[in-house]
Amino acid sequence: MDKGIEIRWHGRGGQGAKTAALLLADVAFKTGQYVQGFPEYGPERMGAPITAYNRISADKIRVHSNIYTPDYVVVVDETLLSSVDVTAGLKKNGAIIINTSKSREEIAEKLGGYKGRIYTVDARKISVETLGKNFPNSPMLAAIVAVSNVMDRDTFIGEMRASYEHKFAKKPEVIDGNMKALEMAYDVIEAAMEDDKMSLSA
Amino acid sequence: MDMKERMSGNEAVSYAIKQINPDVMPAFPITPSTEIPQMISTYIANGEIDTEFIPVESEHSAMSAAIGAQAAGARSLTATSSAGLALMWEELLLAASNRLPLVLALVNRTLSGPININCDHSDGMGARDTGWIQIYAENNQEAYDNFIQAYPIAEHEGVHLPVMICQDGFITSHAVENIELLDDKKVKKFVGEYKPEEYLLNPGNPVAVGPYSVSNYAMEAKKNQEIALENSKAVILEVAKNFKKISGRSYGLFEEYKTKDADYIMLIMGSAAGTAKQAVSELRAKGMKVGVLKLRVFRPFPAEEIAEALKGCKTVAIMDRCESYNGNGGPLGSEVTSALFRNKVMIETVNYIYGLAGRDFTVDEAKAIFKELEEQDVSGRKVEQYKYIGLRT
Repeated sequence: MDKGIEIRWHGRGGQGAKTAALLLADVAFKTGQYVQGFPEYGPERMGAPITAYNRISADKIRVHSNIYTPDYVVVVDETLLSSVDVTAGLKKNGAIIINTSKSREEIAEKLGGYKGRIYTVDARKISVETLGKNFPNSPMLAAIVAVSNVMDRDTFIGEMRASYEHKFAKKPEVIDGNMKALEMAYDVIEAAMEDDKMSLSA
Repeated sequence: MDMKERMSGNEAVSYAIKQINPDVMPAFPITPSTEIPQMISTYIANGEIDTEFIPVESEHSAMSAAIGAQAAGARSLTATSSAGLALMWEELLLAASNRLPLVLALVNRTLSGPININCDHSDGMGARDTGWIQIYAENNQEAYDNFIQAYPIAEHEGVHLPVMICQDGFITSHAVENIELLDDKKVKKFVGEYKPEEYLLNPGNPVAVGPYSVSNYAMEAKKNQEIALENSKAVILEVAKNFKKISGRSYGLFEEYKTKDADYIMLIMGSAAGTAKQAVSELRAKGMKVGVLKLRVFRPFPAEEIAEALKGCKTVAIMDRCESYNGNGGPLGSEVTSALFRNKVMIETVNYIYGLAGRDFTVDEAKAIFKELEEQDVSGRKVEQYKYIGLRT
C-alpha cells in the first residue's frame, strides 16, 4: 500500500470506537476500496483506553502491523487527552478530530503543540439530541469521513442509510436519529473546513 | 456466484465451514477463536446448515468428541487457540495415529505465561510433532482458501491425516479486510461428499479403532503414518492445482516473493509475511535485492524445496514467532538450517525471534533486518545467529 490513508482511533471500552472503525471499513469497502479495520486487543473492560485502526487504499493492503504514523486521529473521549499521547506520530499535513464541547483553540492547548489541523465535534450533544443517549461513535464516523474525504457526502450518507436499515431492521425507529447524527456532525466539520479555507484565502 | 466481500478471518473460516456443512462440530470457546463456534452455532440456529454442534466441557473433550464422530464416519471439525490446543495434546496424537481426516481451525495465540491473549505461533509449534498437517495463512483470504482445501487433503486415500488450518489471532482473525468468496455450489463440489472407506457405524464391515498394538506391530503403524505425511506433500499441491481452477488463486508449499535474484531472503510464516513483502517493495525501489519466502505448509516440512529455493541467496533471515527454549533457536530456525545442511546449501543464516505474545512486527523492523544482513555480508562481521527483534530498549 503506497497510496491510501491510515487512521487511528482512541476511545474507551464501551464507547464504540472499535465498532466505528469496523463501520468505516465497511462503508469504504462498499465504495470499491481496499480496507482494513482492526482493534488493538488487550484485557478489554468498560472504560479502559482502547485503540482501533483503519487502512483505506485503492491498492491491495499487505501490511499487518499497527499504525504509527497515521494521517488522521479520531479521539472519541476527550478525557484521554491527559493520559494518552494521541498525536504520537500523527502527520503534520494530517488532522485530529476530537469529541469535545470545547473550541478548537481551547483543545489545541492540550495537544502538545501539534501543528496540523484540529477539528472538534460535540458528539455527545449531537447524540443526546438525536438519539436521546450518548453514542458518540456515529457522529465521529461522519466527522472522519468529512475530514479525510475517503468518499463524498452523498455516497457516505446513502451507504450509511442502507447499512442502518439492515442493522436496525428490527428497530427502524432509531434509523432516522442515527442519520440525523451523521448529518449534524458532517455539517459541523464542513463549516469548520469552510472557515479554514476562508482564513487561508484572507 | 463468487462474491467480493469484507470480513474478518474468523468470519471467513466460519463462512467456509458453512459452505462445506460438515457433519459434527464439538467445540469449547477460547479467545481468539471463540467467534468460530459462535458463528457456526448461529448458522445452525438459523437453519442454514445441519451440522451437529456439541457444546463440550473442555478442549480435551472437544477433540475427543471430534475423534469419536470422525471414527464413526462423520466429517468433523473443531476450533481452538492457545491453552485449548495444549489441552488437546494427547488427543491430537490419537487423531493422527488413528488416521482420522478431521480438521481443526487454529487461531494462533501465545501460551502462558505471562498469561496473554495475543498472537504468536507457540500453540501451533507445540503441536508440530503430533502428526497433523499444518497450513498457515497470511490473511483472511488465505485462511478461507486453506480451509476449503483442508478436507480434500485430509480425506485423500494416500493421506488420511488430520489437518490444522492456522491463522494469526487478532491480527487476521479480528481484522476486517477485503475477501473474494466462492460460490456455494463450487465449494460443495470441490470438497465433495465424505465417503469413508472404513468406519465404526458400518455393521457390514466391523472395525476396531484405536486398539492396543504390541511391539511386534506398533512400529510399522508409526512408519505408515510417516509415509502418509510424506505423501501429503504431493496431495497438497494437487489439491492447490484443482483449487486454482475454481478460484484463480495459486497456492504451493510456500510462496516466493521476489526471491529469484535476491541476495537476502526473509523466511516467514503467517500475517507478518505481508508486512515483510511491503519492506521488500520499499527496499527494491532503492535497489536492494531482497525477497520473502512465505512458508504456507509447515507440516509436512518442505525441506528439500526450501533448500532449493534458498540456494541462490547469500543470507536467509529465518523468522520464528515462537521461542522453543532449547538455547539454540526457534522451531523454524532449527528445521530450516537442518534442511540447508542436508541439502548442502551452505549459505549464512540468522534466526530472529519476533512478535511473541502479540508484539507488533513492523515494516521498519523488516527493513532493519535486511539491512543487518547486508551489513554483515559487506563487513564480514558476523551478527549473532540467533537473536530477538522488537524487544523494549
